[in-house]
This record gives sequence, structure tokens and C-alpha cells, in this order.
Amino acid sequence: MQEIKSLENRIDEALNNEQLHANFRSAMSYLMEKRRDQFPDEKQLNNEREVASTIRSNSVTQLPELLIKLEENLEKNNIKVHWAETDLEANNIVYQILKDANAKTVVKGKSMVTEEIELNEFLDNKGIEILETDLGEFLVQLANEKPSHIVMPAIHKNRKEISKAFFDHFPEFPYTEDVDLITQQVRKILRDRFRQADVGISGVNFAVAETGTLCLVENEGNGRMCTTVPPIHIAVTGIEKVVEKLSDIPPLLDILTKSATGQEITTYFNMISSPRREGEKDGPKSMHLVLLDNGRSKIHQNNDMQETLKCIRCGSCINHCPVYTQLGGHAYGTVYPGPIGITLEPQKQGIAELGELTSLCTMCGACGEVCPVHIPLPKLINKLRSEAVEGNNTNDLIEGARSKRKPLESFAWQTWKQVYSNPFIYSIFSKIATKLNFISPKKLGKWSKYRTTPRPSKHSLKELANQAGFDNE
Amino acid sequence: MGTCLVDLFYPKAGLAGMQLLRNAGVKVIYPRKQTCCGQPSFNSGYRKEALPVARSLIKCFPKDIPIVIPSGSCAGMIKYHWSELFEGESDIEKALSVAERVYELTEFLVDKVNIELTDLGEPTKIAIHTSCSCRNEMKVADRIESLVSQLSKVEVLEQERKPECCGFGGTFAVKQGDISGSMVKDKTDALKAANASCVVSQDCGCLMNIGGALEKQNSQLKTQHIAQFLWDRTNAGN
Repeated sequence: MQEIKSLENRIDEALNNEQLHANFRSAMSYLMEKRRDQFPDEKQLNNEREVASTIRSNSVTQLPELLIKLEENLEKNNIKVHWAETDLEANNIVYQILKDANAKTVVKGKSMVTEEIELNEFLDNKGIEILETDLGEFLVQLANEKPSHIVMPAIHKNRKEISKAFFDHFPEFPYTEDVDLITQQVRKILRDRFRQADVGISGVNFAVAETGTLCLVENEGNGRMCTTVPPIHIAVTGIEKVVEKLSDIPPLLDILTKSATGQEITTYFNMISSPRREGEKDGPKSMHLVLLDNGRSKIHQNNDMQETLKCIRCGSCINHCPVYTQLGGHAYGTVYPGPIGITLEPQKQGIAELGELTSLCTMCGACGEVCPVHIPLPKLINKLRSEAVEGNNTNDLIEGARSKRKPLESFAWQTWKQVYSNPFIYSIFSKIATKLNFISPKKLGKWSKYRTTPRPSKHSLKELANQAGFDNE
Repeated sequence: MGTCLVDLFYPKAGLAGMQLLRNAGVKVIYPRKQTCCGQPSFNSGYRKEALPVARSLIKCFPKDIPIVIPSGSCAGMIKYHWSELFEGESDIEKALSVAERVYELTEFLVDKVNIELTDLGEPTKIAIHTSCSCRNEMKVADRIESLVSQLSKVEVLEQERKPECCGFGGTFAVKQGDISGSMVKDKTDALKAANASCVVSQDCGCLMNIGGALEKQNSQLKTQHIAQFLWDRTNAGN
């Protein structure tokens, strides 16, 4: 019950924050337009989506085999592979590497998986200094907040709010609301930190099984700094990020950047294939990859929901979701918001915990239309709704199945079924509803707060069809 | 087919659709025992309740003739979701034979009937709200535009963010009432700014939402289902 209340409160808070609404409205409109400009030809777009979707389907169906191959080839490349079943295990693995190296300071590139395992908080508590180096993440860390979007973590902040977050912490710089100037100042601050850091941590966009290559997409160069300057590089990623072949990368990369930020190409694309080799002058001396499960293999076992794992985290579904546009990311209360969030999070954390999230969807279908890898998000969300109220408990693939079944709601649908599955009962109901329409309810909960309450017509279509002489069969 | 919403709340839209077809020379049958496609409970997670309701509909459409529905969302439910709803059921073949005969009304008028319309109405300005199910699922959002473009005295005004959902979403409007309220406010604001005198759409769910909100706001902007709009304008005074 706690969860329901807090989701309600978060929604209230978001809807009552006009500034937030305006920030998201303008940001999402901008992103949708930028994406549209990248895909002028719908037919070509659909071909590209088909190619990307096939690649990701192959990756997901062959997941176990590809992961073994990935491990083999990474180890050949001198990249040490660690397997983590839970967030705690992943955090402990990272901490152990830091401890063994006597590391005290960490610079980190943007990584949603490290958000997922709350690595910053974990390392903070162990006395390790960890600094976000992606500009958006840096600002979010300064403001002691969480990202509100998986690609643009500080998108909830406007110019003024960004300036405030920055200058509250760095009053020594001359105040400005020019984000480009602030960016330059942040780069100055970060430059020394990259040099001094003991360890760099990054995420991974694609891990190529065939070659043991880790690919990292970014715009600011901070990712390259994190993965090349400090003596140790630790990459952390979810097991689903693996792809089979190197030739899978160009089509995925192309559709990822176009779908995510409407960019034809990002400023940086890193392909990391080993630590510093003998005779080389730069690069980390040692490299690690932490592969996180955290509920993913369970999703993999569930044929109905497996497609969730195809996601390449472009955020396009989020940018096009009209509910996300109203709320922003924080209201969801989860690491991944929007359509992919309400699909992924209840599967990972259980329906009892997060099943309510599936109500944050009008089934408009916009997400499914833009997903670059054809994840049928509306269908999956709908399936989760059914798992929540009538799922089979013995099939333990989604935790908390049936836990959201409420007696009153269930009774209402039973009654509806009795009326609408029986033409005779329906005809009586229809007569009462139309002839006695003056006794229909004047208020329908929240519906009536924003709209007038609909009232049945005096005559049903059946009566009108009779009068107008339309045949019954 | 009429849909449950049309039967009780928008019967004139349903009748207008049938009259448009009849006028164009199509023989129209309206099976009286039909109720609902099952979408309301299906989208709420209650599939076991949706199944017998959908099943009762199969019996109403035994003949191998097209089934025309004045709603993109009900048409989409049958065409694309019955396969999931009837999965593993003994009558899935029958269900699918209904599903493949389904057309949304404007789709049928344009693609199958090639209807020709003569505008007999007064000059007017309208805005078109393309429903999400017509746009994203049925892919027939352009049919309403092409029908309206045949009307010589109708000017279509464009509103901002036209493809955005109006916030109806069936039980979403009740379950997440405040989000839905905020969405329909954004939608009605955009529609009012377009300065049209009427909003026309292919789906009564959207119209109930948008129209109800406009009425609550005491707006002069009216809403009308496309079938009734077309029938009224092509049969003035009839």
C-alpha cells in the first residue's frame, strides 16, 4: 500500500509543478522533431528498424551462448570478466577491485546500469570518492538527485535550474546562465579529476561476442577520458547488451543515435578491445567487465516477455510517451521511466512492488511505433496488466503475478462480463440505460473533475437501426 | 458493427455510418445481438472476462462479408488483439476469420467503396483529431483527411501536437484520472487555439473525452464523429 500512495503523491507533485511540465513539454517536442528530421523516408526507416530488430532478436535468443563466447574473447583480450547475479554482488565486485588497487577516487562515465545498482551510494558509504563526468549526470549529482531520463539525465532542469545547481557548488566562478559557458567551466573542473583518478568506470552500449569488443557511445569525450586516462578501467553492463558480430554494430549504432537524440552520429564512438598493450603509450593498465543479471535471465526465460531485453536504451519510447511528457521521469520512482521503464521494472522488481506502474499508459501505441528494434511495448505492458490481476502464480516467471487483483474491481469486470457476453441480458440493460438515462450517475470519479459526465442516449443504435430499416442478418 | 460506446452513447454516429454506406450502394446488415469487442476489460488486464464477451460477437458475424466498425480502437482490438485473446482456445480459427474481415469505417469508405461526396453544407472550419488507434494501430488516420478533403466548403485547421494522445485510454481516464485530466487539458488547449468550430474524429472514445472536457470548460467548440459529420453535410436537411 505504501507504494501506491507514494506513486500517487509523486504524480500529484509532478502534475502540480508547472515549470516541470513546461520543461518536459518543450524538451520532448524538440527531441521528437530532431528524430523525425533524421528519418525523412518512412520506408527506409522501417527497413532499418527491421534490420536492427533482427540483430537484437538474434542476440537475445542466443543470449547464453553469446555470453560464453563474449567471456572467452574478452579474456583473450586481457579484459577480466566478472559475473554478478544481483546489484549487491556487482557493487561488491567493483569495490573489491578498488580495494585491491588501493583506489580512493573514481571518475565515471554515463551508465544506467550503475544507476540501477546504485553504485555511487554504495561506494560513497565505503569512503570512495566517485565523480560523475557526463555533464548531465554531473549536474544531477551536484543537486543530489536522480536522472529523470535515461539518455538526458538532467532534462528536467531548465537553464536557470542548471545554473543554480552549478553555482551553489562552485561560487568561485562568475555567474552565468549560458549553458555553453557552464559546460566549459565543468570541463575545466573535470580535466584535473580525470588525471588524478585511480579508476575510471563506464557503461557499455554493445558488447561484441565475436571479437570481445566493448562499444561506448557518447558526445562529450568524458567516456573516452574515463576509459583511457586512469590506470584501471571497470565497465559495468547488463547481460543483454551482447551482440553476436562486429558487423552488427554499424546498423545498431546508426539507428541508436538517430532515435535517441536525433543525431546522425555522436561526437565520440569508442571501441575498446583491450587494456594498454606492451609498447603502447596510453590506455588503462588493467580492465574489467562486470556483467549484471539482476533479473534479466528470468525475463529471458519468459517467452512472452523476452523481447523486453532487445532494448538498446535509446530513450525514444520515453521521448514519445504522452504520459512521460506530463510527469517527467522522477514520478515513476524507478531508474528506467516511460514505456520501457513500466515494462522492465515490474519484471525486475516484481509486480507486487511495481505493478501499478503499468497503469501509466493510455495504450496510445506511440512507443511501439518509434522503437528502433520493434519491441511491442504496448503489447508487453498489456500482458503485464493481465499478469498483475489474473496471472498464474505457479508459473513463477514474473514475481507477484495476480498480486494486484482487487475484489471490487474484479467484481465489476465479472458483472460487466455477465451483461456483455449475453445479448439478452444486454438488451435489458440497454433498455434501462437508455430509457432511464436520467438516473445514470452524475459523477464518475476523477473523470467528472475534468469533463462532463456522459449520459446514455434516449435510443440505442439497435432501435435506430430498426427504425431506419436495416436488416438484422 | 456498432461498438458498445456507439450503441448507448453515440447511436446517431453509428446510424450515419450505415446510411453513408447504404447511400453508396452497399447492402448493410446490423446484427442486433452484438455487444462489445472485449477491449475494456482486455486493456485492464482482465482477459478471462474479455474472452466470453468477444466470443459472443463471433456468432453475430457468420457470413463471409466485411465487418465495418466506426471506431479505430474497436477495429484494432479485433484485428490485432483477438489472436492473443483467443490464444489456445478451441475457437481461435473462428475468431481470426472475424478479425481478418474487419475494417474501420473511413478505411472502408475510401479503400473499398471509393465513396464520392458532395458537400451541401455551409462553409465551416474544422479540426481533425486522429485517434491513436487509427494512426498507430490501424494505420488509417489519413483516410479521414482524404474524406474531408472531398468537401468543398470545409476548411481543415491544424492544431499543435496533432498526433498526441488525448488522454482517454479507456479505464486510464479513471485509474489515472489526474494525468488523463492534464492530457485532455493540453489537447483541448491546442484544439481551441486552432480556432475551428468543430472537432471531428474517427473514434467516439476520444470524442467523449475531448467533448466532455470542452463542455466542462464551457467552450463553444463542438465535437462530432466523422460519420455523422459526413452524413450531415452530404444530406443537408435530410
